Amino acid sequence: MSIQANGVTKRFGAFVALDDVDLDVHAGALTALLGPSGGGKSTLLRVIGGLETPDAGEVSIAGRDMTRVPAHERNVGFVFQHYAAFQHLSVFRNVAFGLEIRRRPKAEVRRRVNELLELVHLEELADRKPAQLSGGQRQRMALARALAAEPSVLLLDEPFGALDTKVRRELRGWLRALHDEVHVTTVFVTHDQEEALEVADEIVVVNNGKVEQVGSPSDLYDKPANDFVMEFMGPVTRLGGRLVRPHDVQVTAAHVDGAVPGRVARLQRIGFEVRADVTTADGDLWVQLTRGQADTLELTPGSDVWLRAVV
Amino acid sequence: MADTLAPARPSAIRPARSAGRIALRTVGLAYVGVLVLVPLGIITWRALSPGMPAFWAAISSEQAVTAFRLTAEVAFASVLLGTTFGVALGILLTRYHFVGRRLLGVLADLPMAVSPIVAGLALVLVYGRNGWFGGPLEAAGISIIYAVPGMILATTFVSLPLVLREVVPVLQEIGTDQEQAARVLGAGGWHTFWRITVPTIRPALTYGVVLALARCVGEFGAVAVVSGNVSGTGQTQTTTLVIAERVQQMEPGAYQLAFVLIVTTVAALLVAANIRRKDELS
Repeated sequence: MSIQANGVTKRFGAFVALDDVDLDVHAGALTALLGPSGGGKSTLLRVIGGLETPDAGEVSIAGRDMTRVPAHERNVGFVFQHYAAFQHLSVFRNVAFGLEIRRRPKAEVRRRVNELLELVHLEELADRKPAQLSGGQRQRMALARALAAEPSVLLLDEPFGALDTKVRRELRGWLRALHDEVHVTTVFVTHDQEEALEVADEIVVVNNGKVEQVGSPSDLYDKPANDFVMEFMGPVTRLGGRLVRPHDVQVTAAHVDGAVPGRVARLQRIGFEVRADVTTADGDLWVQLTRGQADTLELTPGSDVWLRAVV
Repeated sequence: MADTLAPARPSAIRPARSAGRIALRTVGLAYVGVLVLVPLGIITWRALSPGMPAFWAAISSEQAVTAFRLTAEVAFASVLLGTTFGVALGILLTRYHFVGRRLLGVLADLPMAVSPIVAGLALVLVYGRNGWFGGPLEAAGISIIYAVPGMILATTFVSLPLVLREVVPVLQEIGTDQEQAARVLGAGGWHTFWRITVPTIRPALTYGVVLALARCVGEFGAVAVVSGNVSGTGQTQTTTLVIAERVQQMEPGAYQLAFVLIVTTVAALLVAANIRRKDELS
């Protein structure tokens, strides 16, 4: 189901968390709300889920105005950063919660919960309490719980933020695969651009309570709307007063059109990648090369080179 | 109370050679011995030494039985009220932001600091025959002061903070995540409260209820003022009041009643300590 937000504004005292934000998520998409902490992306997600009431603006899900509908009547799935597991209930009862509230028949609840526990690979742990699970298992349980009552949309607030790097990477791939299987409209919040680039179909960059840019991962990386998005989406350096990606700088030994002269100050070899710190009349920058490129140019500290941005 | 019964953590145990430790232990034992064990032991002795027939006579007289019944009624009603108010106020203080929240928190603790006699007097001023509400209520045929409703009010007043103070830290610690999760899963306020909030605070709540019960059974000052201490027909004396009267009038049977109260209170505290221990283990 699609999600629309129009002119959403939310203040906490004097702090403006969301400033006249518009958002359009089409049905079935996997969208990332990406931005720095305190930028408003979690607040936007909570407004969609009904956990915060906007001071102005409207939110609609599947074309229905939800602005004044309380959270428990929105039929959304929500996954919290710190799992929000019901500590006193078993894994099975946690997942069954939404179905029990909706008074579904016992047999149906059992069938549906078992199906979901299988989907998140927790069928063996159905009788455990959340305290007996690892962080990754708890978050998978929270996902199954959010999906149990077949929500119209799935909202995830920094779902992997509390997990260690390895589990996080695993769960990312797994979320992507799950979405391809279940096709529920999904919005997740993250401050990790790599996570957004890897998982999402579409990325919404949120900063200072405003949407900076909306686009596909490659759009955002290659055609950032402004310097903020450019810097946030990946490494940047400054050539001739303009921001460029360090791998988008062409290094040549001889002069070419539009190139500026520079001298290599330092070389760092990191696996297959070589980083060159270069001094120019305009200031210092760093350039990312492959080992092959660096070897062909016979770069050493002190080499004179010509630099040109290729995009 | 129960905390002092719990064993110290290994890291907190100092080496045995410390002279300070011996001194501390002496002070601790002396305190418990002189102020708690010896007096309680003497009361037990005075209650049981006249023999079983005397004991039975003391606790089965009409006055004693009525006092027990009144004590149970007042304590039950007060704990019920105190629990309802305590949980409601706890949720209000931890889940809602409003002007005067901090002041309300301080006011809720006031009964701990105010002398029960003062609390009783205050209730008499408000609900007594010449009080603000007392006159109209009296005209409507409802008497509060010198009757069971007043005694329940007074006892509720003094025991209210016990449940509140137990549940507030737990409500703060668990935060609102689980309640929000229940909301988005489709649970309204009522379902969220009964299915999520209550089970989570249950150990603290039970502990608070037991403490409040012990406090209510033993309440003297506020009830003495509010009840009018009537004996005979229309008795408003609870157990503690009967004990005081028997001691003052040099009548027999005071220690036997005191012994019954001690047994009740100690049993309640043991239950509470057991709950807390189980809670810490899980």
